[in-house]
Amino acid sequence: MSNKAGTDAESARTRCNRFRRRILDISQQVSALHIGSAYSCAEIVDAIYFELMRRDATGNSPDTFLMSKGHGCMIQYVILEEMGVLSRHDMDRYCKAGGRLGCHPDYGNPGIAASTGALGHGLSMGLGMAYAEKTCGKEGVIYCVVSDGEVQEGSTWEATMMASSLGISNLVAFMDNNDFQSLGRTSVTHPSFYPVVEKYTSFGWESVQVDGHDSAAIANAVKSRKGDRPLMVVCKTTKGKGVSYMENIPIWHYRSPNVEEYKQAISELEQALQ
Amino acid sequence: MRNTFSETLYECAKADPKIYIVVADISPAGSMANFQAEYPERFINVGVAEQVMIGMAAGLALKGCRPFAYTIATFSLYRPFEMIRDDLGYQNLPVTVVGMGSGVVYSTLGGTHHAMEDIAVAGAIPNMQIIAPCDPLEASDATRHCATQNQGPIYLRLGKAGEPVLTKDAIAPFIFGKLRYLRIGTDICILSYGVIMKMAIVIAEKLQSSGKSVSVVSCHTLKPLDREGIGEVLHTHRQVIVLEEHVPQGGLASQTKQIAWDIRAQCELHTFTLKDEFIHNYGTYDELLASHGLSVDRILSAIR
Repeated sequence: MSNKAGTDAESARTRCNRFRRRILDISQQVSALHIGSAYSCAEIVDAIYFELMRRDATGNSPDTFLMSKGHGCMIQYVILEEMGVLSRHDMDRYCKAGGRLGCHPDYGNPGIAASTGALGHGLSMGLGMAYAEKTCGKEGVIYCVVSDGEVQEGSTWEATMMASSLGISNLVAFMDNNDFQSLGRTSVTHPSFYPVVEKYTSFGWESVQVDGHDSAAIANAVKSRKGDRPLMVVCKTTKGKGVSYMENIPIWHYRSPNVEEYKQAISELEQALQ
Repeated sequence: MRNTFSETLYECAKADPKIYIVVADISPAGSMANFQAEYPERFINVGVAEQVMIGMAAGLALKGCRPFAYTIATFSLYRPFEMIRDDLGYQNLPVTVVGMGSGVVYSTLGGTHHAMEDIAVAGAIPNMQIIAPCDPLEASDATRHCATQNQGPIYLRLGKAGEPVLTKDAIAPFIFGKLRYLRIGTDICILSYGVIMKMAIVIAEKLQSSGKSVSVVSCHTLKPLDREGIGEVLHTHRQVIVLEEHVPQGGLASQTKQIAWDIRAQCELHTFTLKDEFIHNYGTYDELLASHGLSVDRILSAIR
């Protein structure tokens, strides 16, 4: 059992750049695909798949990944495509008639462990999965990415309280804390949301804050955990990370770039690799 | 019903280690206490937190378990509705959502505790199945079905405790998805389900004592509804009465009318339901039903 795909800081940077480029290409097929949300959590999801989830020789993993912030699933799709779980055929039919991939992950599609998209569902389902693993004598770890917006859902706090109350230690959550929501910066609209690390700690979780675009820091936060309780890694991220005109601009939560914008984004991503 | 549900679930859980129960701070009476004591890892109390109750049940099912989510009907179905729709219905997971004290069984607890529209609410969700047993024996059969099926989510609508046994001499067994004749006649048929079946039996006996030949049918499976069976009832009786403890829309009454129209039924069809109004008065269960026009005398006078 291994979780190594040759991931070091440089290869992670190269991969994430490639994933962003692939998402850009797909963006030209559709009018909207939540590009800013996918870019925001690219390094987080990459670290989960390539650094944290264990795999046997056939590629099967005892661990489970849930994209609770389902609207960011383009990053999951392109990773699954690279892993050979999803096909080029699937990606070419994204959001099209006859396709099976849409703007939110659907249970039953290859590599998708649960349907998400409505916010506030993933952590509860992840908790149920983690509890099943624990009580059935298995050793699977559930990795779950939540948005900072969905942590405002009461259901997320119900799951937060229950996970530590049940003594769950195989649930690892990552908060994509880009501080942006539809109506502005969370720190402005909902200042009481912060401090959030302390909130999770007071709920009986282990919690740390990392740079959410630092692949090594993300992985190390998990590998160095105490492991006797659930873990929330608060990842400080930038919405639209990697393309200057998208960064921290709410419209890029959703829309696809036009041809000129696409060219500029490609140019910026290419320069970033040099 | 509550006790036979608990006893049956406990027996099923002994045989199947995949059965879990997730409760939301409801006291584990009777055999439920035994379940909790003997299988503490499979008895999860989430507290007053119904959204995570459903979400956890979904997660358990996604890992191959067979969970029951259990609390008072208004809280098990209404509060976490989106979780039931998305996590259970959309993903078609074999989770049983148990609604205790459905209808107006909790007569003195007020409208916040009345599940008067639960069949319509649950029935609107694709993939959702609904079973509403009429007595403790049928509750046991229904629970056993829920504990052994893999078709998808089920809303199991129960009463509370102390309901009389009505199906001991039923002429047909409980079969999921099929009407169940408790008695067969040729003139009148009463279709009903759930706790109010007790009133249906009293009405049937009064009609029989006045010389009528009466069928009584338990429509325990509200979804998928046995449309063919109801069609046969409508064709073979000159008068059909639907009695249900539910608002007029989206329950058995409205669906029976639809079937009658579809098959061009020639019989006389009477439906008796709760009104499309909240109940703001208090009293016994029978008094609340009567305040919405559901009493033996009112129904008998309406159909004669």
